[in-house]
Amino acid sequence: MKTLNIALTGLNNIDSPGPGVPVARALRAGGLKHVRIIGLAYDNLEPGLYMHDLIDRSYQIPYPSAGSEALFNRLKAIHDIEAIDVVIPNFDAELHNFMRISDRLKSELGIHSFLPDHDSFEMRQKSVLAEWGEKLGIKVPTTKPAFSWSEARQMASELGYPLMVKGKYYDAFTAHDADQAAAYFYKLSAKWGLPVLLQQIVKGTEVNVTALGDGTGGCIGAVPMRKMYITDKGKAWAGITLQDDRLLEIARTAINGSRWRGGCELEFIKTHDDQYYLIEMNPRFPAWVYLAVGSGQNHPEALVRLALGESVGPMTRYEVGKMFVRYSYDQIVDLKEYEHINTHGWL
Amino acid sequence: MKVNKNIAISESGFIFNPGTGDSFSTNAMGQEIIRMLNEGKTREEITDFILSRYEVEKGILEKDLGDYFFMLGTYHIVQNG
Repeated sequence: MKTLNIALTGLNNIDSPGPGVPVARALRAGGLKHVRIIGLAYDNLEPGLYMHDLIDRSYQIPYPSAGSEALFNRLKAIHDIEAIDVVIPNFDAELHNFMRISDRLKSELGIHSFLPDHDSFEMRQKSVLAEWGEKLGIKVPTTKPAFSWSEARQMASELGYPLMVKGKYYDAFTAHDADQAAAYFYKLSAKWGLPVLLQQIVKGTEVNVTALGDGTGGCIGAVPMRKMYITDKGKAWAGITLQDDRLLEIARTAINGSRWRGGCELEFIKTHDDQYYLIEMNPRFPAWVYLAVGSGQNHPEALVRLALGESVGPMTRYEVGKMFVRYSYDQIVDLKEYEHINTHGWL
Repeated sequence: MKVNKNIAISESGFIFNPGTGDSFSTNAMGQEIIRMLNEGKTREEITDFILSRYEVEKGILEKDLGDYFFMLGTYHIVQNG
């Protein structure tokens, strides 16, 4: 039987983890036969590189700033060795490049992917999320994009403190006054570029949904989770699946309204009077996606099947009250392995 | 007062609210009270039952029951009506 070669990114299983390792774990746990996982890494210390029971072989790829042509050429070189069937990008910041080359990957190399189109991707950007939410009848906290600190200062005084200062792709901080807001503005603009987003704070409980859209408005799967333990970076270290039909309905509305194609994470605040505010829609699986697998819905496997053109029906059942508790683990790595990825670009 | 639907209570007194993900532990007495609420018993019937089974002053029991019901309501385990 032919081996299915699946390449994926997001092997940075660090304190702010990427989803690559849990996605690989999901693919191993699913019903796909003869899977070979090829890791694509930006940094030679991404922990997934050294998880040989999950990742069969890993390759360096150029940072997103190198552009889509550099990515295509690198993937072509890796494909010549590995005959990649499906590629799953797992970072927000790399998606533009992957979306740009996805047609060429398919037509010239036969590499399948399952990604949102440009319009879907753009409509859930943080800077326009409120406008999009309004069209769909989904509440979104007031969010303003600022391209300079003077602009941000004016917006902040209109929103009032405290407020959230958010990076274009990642990171968010609570600012209690203008001095803090200015510091975060410059920190985030230096790291992620402009605009920096200023967002009204909505008080309540954070509840998230990991979901998979089929690209035509259908929701293939969705599992809601409440964070039970949150790290100082705001990441879930433990969580539990919820029975929340209303939240799932809102998630399906978002998937349908964006004709979302691929995995995504919807982040909500549930207020004390049971109102749901969508604070972000991330364009890839979350790092906790394995909880969906553990509760009965294997979204990464379904994504691979959809990418290959198979028909996948909606998954509607999952186990409520299933928990994940994350842990850290010190892998012991031989210097020769580190030397190999550094000098040869693969491991 | 009714126990909210979907609230799960194990034999060990572990209470799980699947809508919020919250979980709590209660002792045998608390379990007994929730069992009676599930059976549709009124606050007066619960008070009478406990008074018939345990040595406790009515005033103290009513105060403790009031606190317990308030806590169950605060955590959305029960609702009035």
